[in-house]
Amino acid sequence: MLKTYNYPKFEYRTPPEIASGQTLKVPVVVVGAGPVGLGAALDLQLHDVPVLLLDEDDTVSVGSRGVCYAKRALEILDRYGVGDAVCDKGVSWNVGRTFFREQEVYNFNLVPEADHHRPGMVNLQQYYLEEYLAARAASRPNIDLRWKNKVVAVTQADKTVTLKVETEDGFYTVETDWLIAADGARSPIRHQLGLDVEGKIFMDRFLIADVVMKAEFPSERWFWFDPPFHPGQSVLLHKQTDSVFRIDFQLGWDADPEEEKKPENVLPRIKAMLGDQCEFELEWVSVYTFQCRRMGSFNHRRVLFVGDAAHQVSPFGARGANSGLQDVDNLGWKLKLVMDGKAPARLLDSYSEERIFAADENLVNSTRSTDFITPKSKASRTFRNAVLGLAKDHAFGRALVNSGRLSVPAFLTASSLNTPDQAGDAFAGRMLPGAPMDDAPLQDNGADCWLLDKAGNRFIALYFTDDAAVLPEPTLASLSNLSRGGIAVKPLVISARPGQRSGDIPVLEDPRGIAALRYDAKPGTVYLLRPDQHVAARWRALDAQKVRAALARATCNI
Amino acid sequence: MALNLDPNFSEAGKRYFTAYAPGDDFYEMLIGAHRDLSDEQSELLNARLILLLANHIGDLDTLRQALTVAREGV
Repeated sequence: MLKTYNYPKFEYRTPPEIASGQTLKVPVVVVGAGPVGLGAALDLQLHDVPVLLLDEDDTVSVGSRGVCYAKRALEILDRYGVGDAVCDKGVSWNVGRTFFREQEVYNFNLVPEADHHRPGMVNLQQYYLEEYLAARAASRPNIDLRWKNKVVAVTQADKTVTLKVETEDGFYTVETDWLIAADGARSPIRHQLGLDVEGKIFMDRFLIADVVMKAEFPSERWFWFDPPFHPGQSVLLHKQTDSVFRIDFQLGWDADPEEEKKPENVLPRIKAMLGDQCEFELEWVSVYTFQCRRMGSFNHRRVLFVGDAAHQVSPFGARGANSGLQDVDNLGWKLKLVMDGKAPARLLDSYSEERIFAADENLVNSTRSTDFITPKSKASRTFRNAVLGLAKDHAFGRALVNSGRLSVPAFLTASSLNTPDQAGDAFAGRMLPGAPMDDAPLQDNGADCWLLDKAGNRFIALYFTDDAAVLPEPTLASLSNLSRGGIAVKPLVISARPGQRSGDIPVLEDPRGIAALRYDAKPGTVYLLRPDQHVAARWRALDAQKVRAALARATCNI
Repeated sequence: MALNLDPNFSEAGKRYFTAYAPGDDFYEMLIGAHRDLSDEQSELLNARLILLLANHIGDLDTLRQALTVAREGV
C-alpha cells in the first residue's frame, strides 16, 4: 500500500433485487467506475437522466496510472463538479528538459496562455481524480452507484439490453434501454458482444515507478533519450502531487516483467538515475505494455462504448482519460435528446463518427511519439539521433523532437453536425464550425467570470454586441424566441460595454474584448454552441430561421 | 540565401491547429519511406533524397551552409 495515499473502500450494499428476485428496469446503465464511467454518469445527471453505475471493484485506481489531465479535460471536469478539486490538488509544471545521452539538449517553458480559466495541464495521480469523481457521483440523487457489482453476461435484443450482475450475495438481472460500456481496455462487454477492436501491439515494455522524494526536487518534466544510466532506452520523470514523482523506464520487449518489478532490480535503476545523494522511497511499481487500436464503430445499437473500451493509445501525450472524458462529453447530450424523442437514434452515429475522428487523431499522435521514442529500425534511430543533435542549436530540430504531444481537443471540422460558414461571412481565428470553444474572461454584473463556465450542457446562441442596453426590440424578441423551441437554445449576449440585462436574456461583459477577439466577433455576430462546447455554426447577423436550421442539423433533425 | 533553421513545414490548403503538426506529418512521411528497407537500401534512399532536395534548392550558398551545419554535429 502507498504511504502517501489511503485507498478509500467504497461500501458494498446488497442489491434489493437479490431478495426480491425482481428484474431491475432502468433507462441507462454505465459499466465501469473509472474516470470515464464516472464522467459518463456525471454528464448524464447534468441532463437529469437517472443512471445505474456498476463496478466490479470497491476502490480507486491502484498506482498513479493516468498522471496528466489536459486543459480540455479540466474544463469538462468543471461541469462535472470536480474541476476545482483536481486543479487544487494537482501540480502545474511549465519547464520541460530533454536530455540526449550525457547532456541536456534543450529545455522549454510552457508559459500558460493568459486569460484562460484552466492551465494547459495539471499532473495528478489517477486515484485522486477517481476519488473526487466517485464522491461527486455519490452525492448526486440521480446516480445509483453500486460497487462490487460485476456484469457477467450481456445480451441485446430489440430495444432492450439485458445484464446479468454478480455480487457476493448472488445474481440479479437488469434490463436497460441503453448501456454505456466504460469497462476499460479489456472490455468484457465488448468481448461478450463479439465485437472487434483493431490495431497493433507495440513490442515494448515500460517499467513505471512512483517515487517519494525526501528532499526538494524541481517541478519539471525530464525526458532522457539513451541516457548513460539506462543505455539505448528512454526514461521519463514526471512530477505528481504529494512529493510523488512518476518515473517511466523503457525496458524493451525481451524484459521479464515479474523480474523487473522486484525492488532489488528497480532501486538500482532509480539510484543510477537520481544519483546516490538523492533520498527517495519507492511507493508503487508496475510494468506495462500498450496497444494502439480502436473499434470500427463506438455505437452498436443500444450499447455505446467510451474511453479505453472503445480506443487505446500509447501513454505518450496523455490521451487516455483525457479523450475518454471527451467521449462522454460528446455522448451525454446526444443520448438525452434521443431518449426524449427529440432527435433520431442516428444522432448517436455522430457520436461514433466524431469520436472516431478524435481517436484517430490521438492514435496518429501517440504512434508518432512512440515511433520517435522507440525507433524500430536503424534508419529511424539515425534520424531520431540526428534530430536530437540538431535540437541543441536549431529551432527546427527542437520542433521535431517528439517525446509526447500534449493532448488537445479535436477540431471536429468535418462533422456532419456542423453548418458551414455561409458565403460572404468571413471569419478570422480558429473558432470555426466544429472547433472546441476557446475560453475568455468576462464579467457578470461586475463580477469576474469565465465564458466556458457560462456555456455547456445545452445549446446556446452567443450574440455579440457593442452595447446590450440598446439592442433593438426585434433582436431581443428573436433571441428570446430561440429558447421556446422543442430543443431550447438559450440566448447569451456578450456586450463590449457594461450592459444592463436585456429583459430575460443574460448579458456578460467583455471589457477587454478578449472574447470578441478569440471569436472574431463584430456587433451582430452569432455563434450556435453545442452542449459539449463545440461550435455548431456562426453568422455575421442574427437570423432565427438560420439558427433553427443549424440546430436541426446539429441534432440530426433534417 | 540564409539557411532557414526555424520550423518551416506546411502543406498548401491544410489548416493546422497545433504548431507541431506539420513537422510531425513530415517526420512520419520520412520514416514511412524507409519502412521494410534493409539498412543498405535505407542509405541509398537517403542519398537519393539528399540529391533530389539539393537540386530543388539549387542555391549553392544555401547548400554550403547546410553542409556546414550538418557536419558540425557529426
